Amino acid sequence: MDAIILQILNGLDKGSAYALIALGLTLIFGTLGVVNFAHGALFMIGAFCAVTMQRILTLSYETIDATKTDFLGNALKVKTPYVESWFGPEMGASIIDWAVPLAILFSIPIMLLVGYVMERGLIKHFYKRPHADQILVTFGLAIVLQELIKHYYGANPIPTGAPDAFKGSFDFGTLLGFDPNTVIYPYWRMVYFAFAAVIIGAVFAFLQFTTFGMVVRAGMADRETVGLLGINIDKRFTIMFGLAAAVAGLAGVMYAPINSPNYHMGMDFLVLSFVVVVVGGMGSLPGAVLAGFMLGILESFASMNWIKDIVPGIDQIIIYLVAIIILLTRPRGLMGRKGVMED
Amino acid sequence: MSNSNLTRRGVLKSGAVAGAGVALPTIFTASSAAAYTNEPMGGSVTLGFNVPQTGPYADEGADELRAYQLAVEHLNGEGDGGMMNTFSSKALKGNGILGKKVEFVTGDTQTKSDAARASAKSMIEKDGAVMITGGSSSGVAIAVQGLCQEAGVIFMAGLTHSNDTTGKDKKANGFRHFFNAYMSGAALAPVLAARYGTDRKAYHLTADYTWGWTQEESIVASTEALGWETVNTVKTPLAATDFSSYITPVLQTDADVLVLNHYGGNMVNSLTNAVQFGLREKQVNGRDFEIVVPLFSRLMARGAGENIKGILGSTNWHWSLTDEGTQAFVKSFGTKYGFPPSQAAHTTYCQTLLYADACERAGTFNPCGVGEALEGFEFDGLGNGKTTYRAEDHQCFKDVLVVRGKENPTSEFDLLEVVEVTPAAQVTYDPDHPMFTGGALGECNAG
Repeated sequence: MDAIILQILNGLDKGSAYALIALGLTLIFGTLGVVNFAHGALFMIGAFCAVTMQRILTLSYETIDATKTDFLGNALKVKTPYVESWFGPEMGASIIDWAVPLAILFSIPIMLLVGYVMERGLIKHFYKRPHADQILVTFGLAIVLQELIKHYYGANPIPTGAPDAFKGSFDFGTLLGFDPNTVIYPYWRMVYFAFAAVIIGAVFAFLQFTTFGMVVRAGMADRETVGLLGINIDKRFTIMFGLAAAVAGLAGVMYAPINSPNYHMGMDFLVLSFVVVVVGGMGSLPGAVLAGFMLGILESFASMNWIKDIVPGIDQIIIYLVAIIILLTRPRGLMGRKGVMED
Repeated sequence: MSNSNLTRRGVLKSGAVAGAGVALPTIFTASSAAAYTNEPMGGSVTLGFNVPQTGPYADEGADELRAYQLAVEHLNGEGDGGMMNTFSSKALKGNGILGKKVEFVTGDTQTKSDAARASAKSMIEKDGAVMITGGSSSGVAIAVQGLCQEAGVIFMAGLTHSNDTTGKDKKANGFRHFFNAYMSGAALAPVLAARYGTDRKAYHLTADYTWGWTQEESIVASTEALGWETVNTVKTPLAATDFSSYITPVLQTDADVLVLNHYGGNMVNSLTNAVQFGLREKQVNGRDFEIVVPLFSRLMARGAGENIKGILGSTNWHWSLTDEGTQAFVKSFGTKYGFPPSQAAHTTYCQTLLYADACERAGTFNPCGVGEALEGFEFDGLGNGKTTYRAEDHQCFKDVLVVRGKENPTSEFDLLEVVEVTPAAQVTYDPDHPMFTGGALGECNAG
């Protein structure tokens, strides 16, 4: 039982990332009709916003410590972060420690800008082109973006830790009557899940309860009629692209302490996220979220040793296997709408 | 009206023959004019540096390339000479190799076997490389080694740690300076037993490919020989990024050691995840839970950040060693590039000097002559103490370093500390050891 609880927690955590990325993908597809293969790169850029914030906060000046030597035997250059000299060592260290949460504020304008430039500069030229063209151009863009990141940040993962207050694990075992240390879960992963829930809830509330959201939903349902009413739906859809980019970016920022960011992390999530979108139903926001969590949990269960003993390698194919089964039984996905991607 | 013997069929036949002739790789045609593949005819000799310039190991590849460029400078008599000054063999004179200026071409392995073979093939056929070297993966090394054997050029392996490279997949034209998984186990196990006890229970997470399999086999064998029990061995997909669902089952066992047979991004993520799940604070049967990373790399350790502190592992070489060879290399590399070299840079630099030295001693670039000069060659002064290139399997035997993540690093490069230098004798095995059987060197191929 304790193993099952742990895998459910793991699944919810993985599902959070899948759901956040798939939500953005679906927003873009539902509004602009664009299959955006660069969406994983937006997630990656978000994670590198956290890396960048960490680097900004640790910008340092050098002093010479003549009592110590470096690897070449020269006097050691000691680096002191400016924030530590401005605010004192303790306060400065605390500010640096909170680099990732601070990066949330930093990343929102950056991601909105990246999304705006991407949409106005490239993707708008492909609205009326076949989906194959859109996939090719956005996939190419994803490669360009990841190569740019690799050029400036290198190919190795860059450690970007959570604040000290969120290091360590919570012992669910003692809470649920199990032995201590058998059902433990890292604090930051719980924060990630809660953060994802808030973002998903905020996106749904925005679309459901604001006039802007109502117009966007109307545009998603019938773009031409909304246009005939004199509403500039294109402008709103451009804003939605920026919003989707911000959602992916925030998912990346918060993911940075879970796994050290590297330039390839977007690609690692991209294919899985597309499977999530297809399983959830193309264009369905609730479907994307539901499928994200469902596939995350299934993937976690498939990694359990006794299941792998019965079906070797199941952990590597479970998502695709489930996708095949769902698409055979429900060709439009779990919550897909009639007419989407069926022309 | 003129008569012509030209027929449609005849033209087609002639065209096909001519086309085949043009398409025939120079690798085959060259041998008719030269004594061996890519025999240098002019005043220069070309070496092929095949390293990952893109992909997940691009930083390691960049460091290899820096070392190669430094080695070429030193061979051509430029710079301070680096380890040429401390190398026990004095055949190298700083005038190139056999009087020919050393030039080089580079290829991008992308850490993919097919891409690595394609770039090596291109360097041999189009650029006339007489030797191929480099790489940062065992899968790639084995693939390129096979290609070089067929093409008739020497392959001086880069960073490859799988037993198979000089075990079941060994080739007469291939040589490895880097240590292997068996050696990691043989060096590490006694240190683990001394520090953690001889009655530990280990749980292995292993990258699911050739290197992971041989490392797991080696560590299991060496730790079980000292009394440890292996609770479970779990293979993880090479493409895995989040290891949480592989680590949580460890909590449900009575294992008190987690062995991460992972490298690169896999190692960074699995170690980070293990620390997040509180394994380092966990106690089992009244003893601290321990994590072991058998193959350490300083470049990869940077990615794991603070999580690496106190973790034991092994490495081929480290810049903080105090022998003359290491100091000369670190000074030379550090002055040129501003930071200390990695173990990948060290092994590739050594391989270049060793190849050049073998050519000088053999008096030829002929791969069979060079191979003969390398077989059984004993040397010193290249940073690993006394070393032997064993003739039976073309594996270097030398001291192995057991290292630990440093608790208080003084710089971003000062991440590992050497806790023991395991003598070569302790990591030496018979050529017919069961972990290395199943293949044969075969005959040297000169093309």
